[in-house]
Amino acid sequence: MKAVSILRPALAALLAATAGLSAAAGEDYDAQTREMMQSSFKENGIASKYRQLQLDFQKACSALVPPSAAAMKQIEAEQMQTVRWPDDGKFFGDWKEGEKIAQSGRGLTWTDKAGESNGGGCYNCHQLAPQELSFGTIGPSLHRYGKLRGSDEGMVKYTWGKLWNAKAYNACSQMPRMGDAHILSEAQIKHVMAYLFDPASPVNQ
Amino acid sequence: MANPMRIRAAVKDGFTEVRVLMSHVMETGQRKDSSGALVPAHFITELTAKHNDKVVLLAQFGPSVSTNPYLSFKFQGGAKGDKIVVSWVDNKGDSRSDEALIA
Amino acid sequence: MRKTLGMAALAAVLAGGAQAQSTADEIAKYREMIADGNPAELFEMEGESLWKTPRGPKKATLEQCDLGQGPGVVDGAFARMPRYFADTGRVQDLESRLLTCMETLQGIPASAVVDGDWNKGERKTMDALAAYVVTHSRGQKIQLDLANPQTRRMYELGKRAFYYRSGPMDFSCSTCHGEDGKRIRLQDLPNLTHKEGAIAAWGSWPAYRVSNSQFWTMQHRLNDCFRQQRTAEPEFASEVTVALSVYMAATAQGGVLQTPGLKR
Repeated sequence: MKAVSILRPALAALLAATAGLSAAAGEDYDAQTREMMQSSFKENGIASKYRQLQLDFQKACSALVPPSAAAMKQIEAEQMQTVRWPDDGKFFGDWKEGEKIAQSGRGLTWTDKAGESNGGGCYNCHQLAPQELSFGTIGPSLHRYGKLRGSDEGMVKYTWGKLWNAKAYNACSQMPRMGDAHILSEAQIKHVMAYLFDPASPVNQ
Repeated sequence: MANPMRIRAAVKDGFTEVRVLMSHVMETGQRKDSSGALVPAHFITELTAKHNDKVVLLAQFGPSVSTNPYLSFKFQGGAKGDKIVVSWVDNKGDSRSDEALIA
Repeated sequence: MRKTLGMAALAAVLAGGAQAQSTADEIAKYREMIADGNPAELFEMEGESLWKTPRGPKKATLEQCDLGQGPGVVDGAFARMPRYFADTGRVQDLESRLLTCMETLQGIPASAVVDGDWNKGERKTMDALAAYVVTHSRGQKIQLDLANPQTRRMYELGKRAFYYRSGPMDFSCSTCHGEDGKRIRLQDLPNLTHKEGAIAAWGSWPAYRVSNSQFWTMQHRLNDCFRQQRTAEPEFASEVTVALSVYMAATAQGGVLQTPGLKR
């Protein structure tokens, strides 16, 4: 991988710099960490052991030195390939359903059951409708999302893509890949789209 | 057998402040467990505090009091070394009595 | 009764907090209100009695347990943990060291805790023992032996584990705990990469959680963080839990312990 080969020299330099602090100079802490992230974990319910393995971009975005601008561009181009546009060309569902999905943070933990529909967890990190006071601040406020940004084709497609795979626009984004990682279904993403854009949605009040 | 209470009592300016931490589930009888079955009510109903042999506080507890309740109260009098005895009874007939000396 | 008055005051405080940008101040007030009645003390009392009670196949107490300051010395032991132990050849946090003592002194197999359920059986025993030990480092400064090469190695692994992204949501510890002033819903998140945040976190766990009336060790706290990260489940007292503990404690080096803590 090109992205990885760019990273190597920077990491090697970092390890050389910290080696002086360690009695076991030359130890490859990155390799030992990867081994530990396997050996310390066990499967529990739907939380399988393979969740401990890293995808290429997850690995690049976990390094103590962030990926270079060129490596980021490459990740974004690769991730853009994963975005699936709606089969019927319709981007919007029902904002009322979207609100439920935005409110729910359930799903994919080892205490959740297989087959249950997941929440989007939007409010964990974003402000949306002004009447919901319990919102997180890890992501930006999305209050008046559609009203401020309009709903031309470019904005609609950008938002769909961002929901499907946020890494297509920002390689190391903190936001989960709602579509690509099968957190939400296509129908659920349409509902969230309506919640963001519909003029009647509380988000745009 | 219920776990012991932690009781602290200190006298200052003629008043004794008593602080009691109780170990009790205080189940309301309205909560359901993970399988959906109702958890039976289990809570302290009555608490008595004595200074030497004299009752200084008699309290009725109910299901609205939290798990592991904390109670603090003051009474006039008391001297260093006097005995404070706190006892409770719950709706299942279980009881507990502990004591501490005024500091 | 102060109890009832306290509840009314809390209700008022929470209602006010809904309009505020952060509930931190309100929670601090609540904490102050019941600070002299932290129910963690009940666990500490139980732990002290368990420490001195002969248990297990060997019918022995834990009074000869060496937490690093010599057999039977509890005072100040937690302030210096995790640390390297020559007898096991490993860096151990409080819980993994207690497992060693239970096994060697009392003959209770580690699996009784490692394969157990939270708030039940020997894991519950572990909660109480931890409450007892950490109370005897309350007010003391966090002082890890970072000159020890094994501890240093665990720090390096812990730091990398902190940034390790994986699973269906691509999260790592740093997703929530890598920046100042962030929160999930209304829950404020400490930035564990800086001293102040690390002291707030490492220095106040284990803790009694008012919302569920449970006492949680750092092992329990980390387990639930990984659950919400959507990873597989970390084994109790596994290397990753100790490495992350070393990373947090080392970042909090010199800070004062408020253990056991009191959480919402």
